[in-house]
Amino acid sequence: MLNGLEAVFFYLFAFIAVASAFMVISARNPVHSVLYLILTFFNAAGLFLLTGAEFLAMILLVVYVGAVAVLFLFVVMMLDVDFAELKSGALQYAPIGALVGLILAAELIVVTGGYAFSPKLATAVAQPTPDIAVRHNTAALGDILYTDYIYFFQIAGLVLLVAMIGAIVLTLRHKPNVKRQSIPAQVARTPATAIEVKKVETGKGI
Amino acid sequence: MVVGIGHYLTLSAVMFTLGVFGIFLNRKNVIVILMSVELILLAVNINFVAFSAHLGDLVGQVFAIFVLTVAAAEAAIGLAILVVFFRNRGSIAVEDVNMMKG
Repeated sequence: MLNGLEAVFFYLFAFIAVASAFMVISARNPVHSVLYLILTFFNAAGLFLLTGAEFLAMILLVVYVGAVAVLFLFVVMMLDVDFAELKSGALQYAPIGALVGLILAAELIVVTGGYAFSPKLATAVAQPTPDIAVRHNTAALGDILYTDYIYFFQIAGLVLLVAMIGAIVLTLRHKPNVKRQSIPAQVARTPATAIEVKKVETGKGI
Repeated sequence: MVVGIGHYLTLSAVMFTLGVFGIFLNRKNVIVILMSVELILLAVNINFVAFSAHLGDLVGQVFAIFVLTVAAAEAAIGLAILVVFFRNRGSIAVEDVNMMKG
């Protein structure tokens, strides 16, 4: 699939991605974790570029680095958490975690290393990738995303809408001692409730 | 030195494992657990893109876009719940999440 200089770049991106992914889970300071997460995403975008998935690489940068990682950074810095206290006793579950991780990795590598593609697979391609010289990746994705997969695309938009409304509903709060404008109360006011007419006698104040 | 789909699958297996290990290692800190989930989803996306490139089928990339959408929504909702929880309890330790116990 890739050879020569592309293979060198694959190893570069892959090594940095794995190293920074390890730093994400082992860094003491969560701010550093988020920054390493951003580095991981950048290298994953580089890996996507190597396979020709250009649109997905750019979306990864825009959505993950630009939105999700910054959201993480924002929350980490907004919450005043004693992270040193959270870190205490972290290594208590490290041995069992390492055991589970090693078993999982071994199983995954055995599965992914022991496969063989069926010869029928070449005829079962649903949406063949067009030649990059004829139709570039973004246009080719748009061609099928807005036609054959339009319902899924709309549902994805709905998921994002629900997530947005949910996040607003969860975090919105009204402080009790803050005066707020109540437009219905203002509109419902009539002269009878708003004005008081007092009869002032001559020679006296109110 | 030819890089094939096997290299991509191995890379994604390693990253998936790191994500799972991160959940074990930081089981007190919800923020890092959410980041580990993001790592796991990224590993899945690498799988989709690798197969899409290897088979010459664009559907893998379409599905990767949907995975990305769901991951973004999940991060937003997860962090919103975290902020509300921190407001109520003053802590984000997973062990404190027992308010429903009565």
